[in-house]
Amino acid sequence: MFHWLEKHPFFFAVAVFVTIAFAGLVEILPNFAEASRPTIGTKPYSTLELAGRHVYIKNSCNACHSQLIRPFKSETDRYGTYSLSGEYAYDRPFLWGSKRTGPDLMRIGNVRTTDWHENHMWDPSGVIPGSIMPAYRWMFANEADVDTAYAEQVTVNKVFNVPYNKPIPMKDGSTEIVMMGASLDAAKAEALADAKVIAADMKNQDVKDMVASGKIPEIVALIAYLNSLK
Amino acid sequence: MENRPLEYDYTVAKWFMIATIVLGVVGMLVGVILAWELAFPGVNLMLGEGLAEYTNFSRLRPLHTDAVAYGFTVSGIMATWYYVGQRVLKVSMAESPFLMFIGKLQFILYIIVVAAVVVSLLLGLTQSKEYAEFEWPIDLGVVVVWVLWGVSIFGLIGIRREKSLYISIWYYIAAFLAVAMLYLFNNMSVPTYFVAGVGSVWHSVSMYSGTNDALVQWWFGHNAVAFVFTTPIVAMIYYFLPKESGQAVYSYKLSLLSFWGLMFVYLWAGGHHLVYSTVPDWMQTMGSVFSVVLILPSWGSAINMLLTMKGEWNQVASNPLIKFMVLASTFYMFSTLEGPIQAIKSVNALAHFTDWIVGHVHDGVLGWVAFMIFAALFHMAPRVFKREIYSKSLMNTQFWIQTLGVVLYFTSMWIAGITQGMMWRAHDEFGNLAYSFIDTVTVLHPYYTIRAVGGTLYLIGVFMFAYNMFMTMTAAKRVEESQMQNTSPMGA
Repeated sequence: MFHWLEKHPFFFAVAVFVTIAFAGLVEILPNFAEASRPTIGTKPYSTLELAGRHVYIKNSCNACHSQLIRPFKSETDRYGTYSLSGEYAYDRPFLWGSKRTGPDLMRIGNVRTTDWHENHMWDPSGVIPGSIMPAYRWMFANEADVDTAYAEQVTVNKVFNVPYNKPIPMKDGSTEIVMMGASLDAAKAEALADAKVIAADMKNQDVKDMVASGKIPEIVALIAYLNSLK
Repeated sequence: MENRPLEYDYTVAKWFMIATIVLGVVGMLVGVILAWELAFPGVNLMLGEGLAEYTNFSRLRPLHTDAVAYGFTVSGIMATWYYVGQRVLKVSMAESPFLMFIGKLQFILYIIVVAAVVVSLLLGLTQSKEYAEFEWPIDLGVVVVWVLWGVSIFGLIGIRREKSLYISIWYYIAAFLAVAMLYLFNNMSVPTYFVAGVGSVWHSVSMYSGTNDALVQWWFGHNAVAFVFTTPIVAMIYYFLPKESGQAVYSYKLSLLSFWGLMFVYLWAGGHHLVYSTVPDWMQTMGSVFSVVLILPSWGSAINMLLTMKGEWNQVASNPLIKFMVLASTFYMFSTLEGPIQAIKSVNALAHFTDWIVGHVHDGVLGWVAFMIFAALFHMAPRVFKREIYSKSLMNTQFWIQTLGVVLYFTSMWIAGITQGMMWRAHDEFGNLAYSFIDTVTVLHPYYTIRAVGGTLYLIGVFMFAYNMFMTMTAAKRVEESQMQNTSPMGA
């Protein structure tokens, strides 16, 4: 049979394709519906948080930081409760990372504050002596892309039914609503209001001035995102 | 038919050879910069505060992996395809103006895509998935380049004179089909601009979310390794080692077993990247088990190659080209044993997220992939440019300096990875964590420095390679292929 295949390239290619496609079908398909169900208490990202998530991705933070806490005592001691599949239901793309040059950030919002991040992103080794993380000072000057964050909200809402402007069940039995602006201008106004809350806890004058003039620096969006990781 | 040997047309092969060299230098230079940045964070500011955004570790890291995988390695694959394909199918590119056009078009579009990738990654336009960072417009370009390669493969096969497909062709076909399937499914995404009408045109959201996204990504990611860093490189060694040594392949049956075994088993193994994650347990176990089974077909090919040298081991001493290939298949064996060990659940618990994984990748790509590509280009150069290799002693020096570089690289990363993994999980007598995270970072400084030195040695070897190839193309003694038919370029 193999000799025959080697003389008939078309059938050879078909045989190869079937052999390699088989594993993917068996492994990936059965899980799809179940794994994408959110756990109780998991909320989609607000406009500002999503803009911050884009800053995180733009700078490949995931190259050095994971967002996946494995079910070991040493990990839950260090980072908090181990990760559940449904907690990632609104993560597109997933940001588990594959290397911990720095610590896991899955629940960083529980342990760090806005002003800690501000100091740390400006001068990491000043906050953690011995840190090899580079400084990210350009984030204090670059403007965050709120338009694209809003575009993503609209897209996931339309295409994947991500529940914006709808009550979402929380763990304590209450509900919360994550707003998505009815228009780009509404979304921008909302993001700016959130940004002002963050900037109030910061001390960098350039950042404060930018927010006061209606612009959102990348660092503010990033901190909003990091604070949401709980 | 006339009774003279075919005149093969190597135009496209030549172009891709040059691309291989240039992108190899770029990709590995970026890698060495990254290594020094980890050892000495001040290097992040090497071009000053103003350009820090573009010289920063995290911006450069995807550029390094993509430049080496899709720049250096893919160029090497294409260069060898446009050389080996004609020869084992016994047909010249010159016989078909159409295929010649397709080949040239593929090269030109490929270079455009590479340029777009470099610029976009430096600007931070990425979808963050490892080895699949490119945003959707670039993905479309990649698809076109890949389809053109498919046209070239099957077009050349369509007009072949040799009816039976040689082993190398099997592996090229497999690489083409598998990468096409994996790349398409992993990059399925919705461009947000076309739904919302605002924001960046480049941006898109993945069709899959969270755990599913991770599953698809590592089904892709692991097999991108399989079908970029393994199958086409096996295609190369099945052609170049027998050719260079003048020995017949040791066992046809073993090559058959290895090929079909590799095709069936490899795709299952992606789950080993997700051990102890939130994907279902049975998938993690399947990933582990099939990774261990994978030793069989991998070692099948490697042993087949080493046994091809049976009775001719003296060539290893006399011919630096054979040295490169024998060491490549040895590293292939080594790396395909190390990988399955890391895939075992209890080992993975320690090794995952550490530098041991980085070490594993690099003993595979530096020791196996890059060595095989160097060897292939050294074998092709005299036949393509009709000149002898410029300096044999430079080849030898390159071999030893790079071997030393690889050894420093993976040994330091083993120690770094296992040290860090052990420190993360260490508890003191009261059951508290023994080390804060920063303790596990500062302890790695010596190993990061050794790794940077190892990488620098390897890069020096790459510069020697580039110089040697440049001189071969332009200044070495002329030689006709008929003078070296069935002999080593070293002997010519």
